Amino acid sequence: MPDLGPHAVFIWAAYGVTLVTVVALVIAIVSDDRRQRRLIAELERQGLTRRSAKAATAKAATVKPAASAKPKPASAKTPRARKPKA
Amino acid sequence: MWNLANPTRFLSIADRIIPWLAGLTFLLLGIGLYLAFFVAPPDYQQGETVKIMFVHVPSAWLAMFGYTLIAVASIGSLVWRHPLADVAAKTAAPIGATFTFVALVTGSLWGKPMWGTYWVWDARLTSMLVLFLLYLGLIALWQSIEEPGRAGRAAAILAIVGFVNVPIIHFSVNWWNTLHQPASIFRVGGPTIDPSLLTPLFVMAAGFTLLFVLLHLIAMRAEILRRRVHALRQMHVEHAAAA
Repeated sequence: MPDLGPHAVFIWAAYGVTLVTVVALVIAIVSDDRRQRRLIAELERQGLTRRSAKAATAKAATVKPAASAKPKPASAKTPRARKPKA
Repeated sequence: MWNLANPTRFLSIADRIIPWLAGLTFLLLGIGLYLAFFVAPPDYQQGETVKIMFVHVPSAWLAMFGYTLIAVASIGSLVWRHPLADVAAKTAAPIGATFTFVALVTGSLWGKPMWGTYWVWDARLTSMLVLFLLYLGLIALWQSIEEPGRAGRAAAILAIVGFVNVPIIHFSVNWWNTLHQPASIFRVGGPTIDPSLLTPLFVMAAGFTLLFVLLHLIAMRAEILRRRVHALRQMHVEHAAAA
């Protein structure tokens, strides 16, 4: 280790504070990112996907229209592609 | 550019960039610390305390860079109502606040042996403290308003108004008589620092900047996912209520 002279304590303190603060920030951001990724994966496992994702899946699969006796009116909650913006 | 502004596209690009950026950041910071501790000579006046410069100056630059980024993103958020601009502004605030805090504390620890005091209410130090308070204000505003759209608009206005402080910080050492030294790197006539100290400083600054960008990308990814989780849960509740 290099000799840091009479003010070594100030130099180590400055580097120490920087290290501790930055590491705390890294831990906070990385753990939040992991948590959100875990949550979204859980929701997707439960079959919850975004409307745009559902629309893409519906397009890919050949979905038969539901053979229901009483046809229900289309609700706003049914998956459908958003109207393209003008 | 517009492709990148699509959140889904942004996520896929961020996923690919983040590991490489993390590697490069560690490498640069490693080289920078080696140069700072084993290669850079002591200053002829300040002795070894000049080593504090290698963390103090990059942190101070990033403190101002972070706020500038927030102000620019806030304009994007207010004018074009782009959700990614809002996400960028929101997630840059805690990172900028951290670097401002580091700049203030390391500056204080450098001030004590060189000036004889930890703190003085001169223009540079005070304007830097105001920047830190502005960051805290922005974070508090985002935390206190639940609806992201409203929170984003309120924070964007505060961010743009507060931007007036950034040039004040930069020019404070010229406009007022301060204990803090005047600009010694980005000045007319070139830097006044010897290359033996300037090279480690630039390597550390590059490493710190990459660390900022890396953390910002990760935080933006987390924020986009948080909003998706929130939207999916809301959709689920609406479905349950309709059933």
